[in-house]
Amino acid sequence: MIAPSVGLPLPRTDGFDKVTGRAAYVDDLRVPGCLHGATIRSTIPHGRLRRIRRDPAFDWSGFTFVTAADIPGQNVIALITDDQPALVDGIIRHAEEPVCLLAHRDRERLLAGLRAVTLECDPLPAALTIREGLARKAKIYGRDNIFKEIRIRKGEVRTAFRGAHRIVEGTFRTGLQEQLYIETNGMIAIPERGGRMSVLGSLQCPYYVHKALKRLLGVGDDRVRVVQTTTGGGFGGKEEYPSMLAAHCALLARKAGKPVKIVYDRLEDLAATTKRHPSVVRHRTAVSREGRLLGMDIDVLMDGGAYLTLSPVVLSRGAIHAAGPYRCENLAIRARAVATNTPPNGAFRGFGAPQTIFAVEMQLNRIARALRIDPVELRRRNVLRPGDSTATGQVLDAGASGPLVLEEAVRRSGWSVRRASFTKRAPPDPERASKAPRKGTASGRIRRGLGLSLFYHGAGFTGIGEVYLDSHASLAVTRDGSVEIHTASTEIGQGMRTTFAQIVGDELGLPPSMVRLAPQDTSLVPNSGPTVASRTCMIVGKILANAAADLRDALVQWAGDSPRRAPGRRATRGPWNPQQFRRLASAWVRKTGPKVFTRKYDRPPGMKWDEKEYRGDAYGAFGWGVNVAEVEVDAETFEIRVPRVDVVLEIGTVVNPLLAQGQAEGGTLQGVGYALTEEVVRKNGRMANAQLTNYIIPTTADTPEFRTTLLSNAYRHGPFGAKGMGELPLDGPGPAIAAAIENALGVSIVELPITPERLAKAIRARPAHE
Amino acid sequence: MSEIRITVNGRRFRVRVPPMKRLLDVLREDCGLTGAKEGCGEGECGACTVLLDGEAVNSCLVPALQANGRKITTIEGLARGKRLSRLQAAFLSAGATQCGICTPGMLLMAEALARGRTGGRAIDWREGLAGNLCRCTGYTKILEAVKEV
Repeated sequence: MIAPSVGLPLPRTDGFDKVTGRAAYVDDLRVPGCLHGATIRSTIPHGRLRRIRRDPAFDWSGFTFVTAADIPGQNVIALITDDQPALVDGIIRHAEEPVCLLAHRDRERLLAGLRAVTLECDPLPAALTIREGLARKAKIYGRDNIFKEIRIRKGEVRTAFRGAHRIVEGTFRTGLQEQLYIETNGMIAIPERGGRMSVLGSLQCPYYVHKALKRLLGVGDDRVRVVQTTTGGGFGGKEEYPSMLAAHCALLARKAGKPVKIVYDRLEDLAATTKRHPSVVRHRTAVSREGRLLGMDIDVLMDGGAYLTLSPVVLSRGAIHAAGPYRCENLAIRARAVATNTPPNGAFRGFGAPQTIFAVEMQLNRIARALRIDPVELRRRNVLRPGDSTATGQVLDAGASGPLVLEEAVRRSGWSVRRASFTKRAPPDPERASKAPRKGTASGRIRRGLGLSLFYHGAGFTGIGEVYLDSHASLAVTRDGSVEIHTASTEIGQGMRTTFAQIVGDELGLPPSMVRLAPQDTSLVPNSGPTVASRTCMIVGKILANAAADLRDALVQWAGDSPRRAPGRRATRGPWNPQQFRRLASAWVRKTGPKVFTRKYDRPPGMKWDEKEYRGDAYGAFGWGVNVAEVEVDAETFEIRVPRVDVVLEIGTVVNPLLAQGQAEGGTLQGVGYALTEEVVRKNGRMANAQLTNYIIPTTADTPEFRTTLLSNAYRHGPFGAKGMGELPLDGPGPAIAAAIENALGVSIVELPITPERLAKAIRARPAHE
Repeated sequence: MSEIRITVNGRRFRVRVPPMKRLLDVLREDCGLTGAKEGCGEGECGACTVLLDGEAVNSCLVPALQANGRKITTIEGLARGKRLSRLQAAFLSAGATQCGICTPGMLLMAEALARGRTGGRAIDWREGLAGNLCRCTGYTKILEAVKEV
């Protein structure tokens, strides 16, 4: 019998290839005869396409040219609603919208070709912001430019506000954020002899691409094959956009009769692909004298961009998390996703929750100040405890770890002592700042502050989403007696190859090294759903654990029933050593044929969800977290440093602490970037800073000291008690850092990112406190 | 077209390329060494870092002509067969690689810093690695890995 591997910090199974440069990403593949493809995009945010003009003096030999007229099936990127075309056909709705495609063997010729195409358009008025979209400055979607409206109601809000000690109001904003995977989007389409189109590339969801290509090409399941190549980061940015890129490659490849590759350069990737939705969240909260949340009235607006894509789902998660992990019996949440003439916004780690959690946490701090209650004490009084119900009425069981993470973080971070040492001082005066002494904290140039955020994040698809997904996963036993995992779940750096092998290995009593993983190829593996929503380990991992239990039982039974006792067989279930298992399993397959054990998602018993009323059990499980951030603000330049962040996360059983810490630290640093430096500047609907020179993500020099604590409150329906954790870490840093800056300077922070310019503005606008 | 002679990982290459072709493309296309990655094409992300005569450079900013006659080390040249270099082994065991796309450049930058260490002076890893972007790890495991070496 082999010792369990779940809980061990095993190095990742794909690590050797990654540290030696052997891992092959899409741009590393050599496909003979492959053409280079490129996209010609609109440059105006709204208008009518009159004509695509190709310079008649240019030598077009060797070029493949594709427009919407070349699409054999439907001109649509199939996802939720069929509103987004693969190529413009008539109306242009955003400035980066693909209009036509070019391919050529030679990259330099291709670039020359791009310059020889001009688009003739009649511009229309454009709605570039949420406000302009709501005001219907342009007609983009439906009658009112609202992609989706969600209302969540609980109790009697009006009555609650009548009986309030205080009513506190606040409006909070967040900007666009780019996923900034270091490998840009890339894809290769290969037309096969039998008529099948194979597409290989950097992506999170093979079956999303598969579905989109079938509709675009007008063909059946087996005429499209999608294969994931080693993927250099995703973070949601490779959830839906790869369908667009795959569509373009496939259209070019089909027309050329040759393989076509498109790998975006950074500029195009930044300018054209999806980003985190900008938001405006307005809070009105009725509170008692003791700081109990009597009533919450929350209005959420998100900018969806020009097409619906995933906006309704992002909005849904944002709305459900909008009241934070707090008890409130009377609330009304109204959330709307608005259409604008900007590139569609999409999935990004956190998926709507970081926006609304920033708002509710800043509102909690505002309430704490209004009532002169310590922010930790205010949270203690309101945090959801076992038996309480969430905004959607989901009653929490012993898995409600809010109090646990809060107390653990307060203790580990030394909150009380440190916070007291950074007590509020006079805000800096920009006019006099340069005269202030450089050292010292009371009135000196460097101001320090401490801030805290408390957050939770639902794992898996919302409500009955997992039932609709109907994910399948299989285990196959090979002739040599090893076990092979068949799922469409993708390794995007999070470590799923390793955690799956640990889960399956432990269920079978085998070392993870005996568990292999079949390629993420839609012609080989079942649809285990998209690699999104913190669902891979918790949901797909559990399906695999169930399949492994089936495999183990069947093998034990066969060995017991088998007239000729297989060598090394043990009569009882389980304990075999790896050699015994290998011999036994190999004999099993050789004598009785191939063995594949397929399981599908089983909904945990008792879970109920009403999609119409937005009531019930929104998620199978929540991860819980607290961030305590320390900041140093230069009162003269408004430069902000974050020397330390204490990160406490409760994520159920930790399958692999090394990988889980990596998720915690990486997600938290993305949140630090979201809080401080990552800003997309748009001019006339186009990104003006589409370069790494001026879209600034954190470097080693900016990285805080992370003190990470992972706590485990096992989830009954997760594999070995595991919950999802991929997105959770990103929810915390924005509000914790903003709170620390409020503490350091005595200003009110209402918008992310907190750039020096914005901070200067906030200081000029004081006193916003009290 | 110019004839360029370079020694990559101890192996000699003679290629005919436009003189301004980026060293990154020469390595990937003409030498068949795809370990160096393009992350931004403007010297900001460090994914294309290689050693040019022992010094770390962004190979997306180096024209082929400038590499002529010089020695280059890429990620493919760090391990000896299956035997990883100390830094590679440390990256693997510390969990310093996730999606892996920044790893070749990060390792070569770390290698250059480690080789350039003079006397008993400590290396300022945070400053030294600040030109190599990673979006997965939050750098903490990377800093742990390099400090082991």
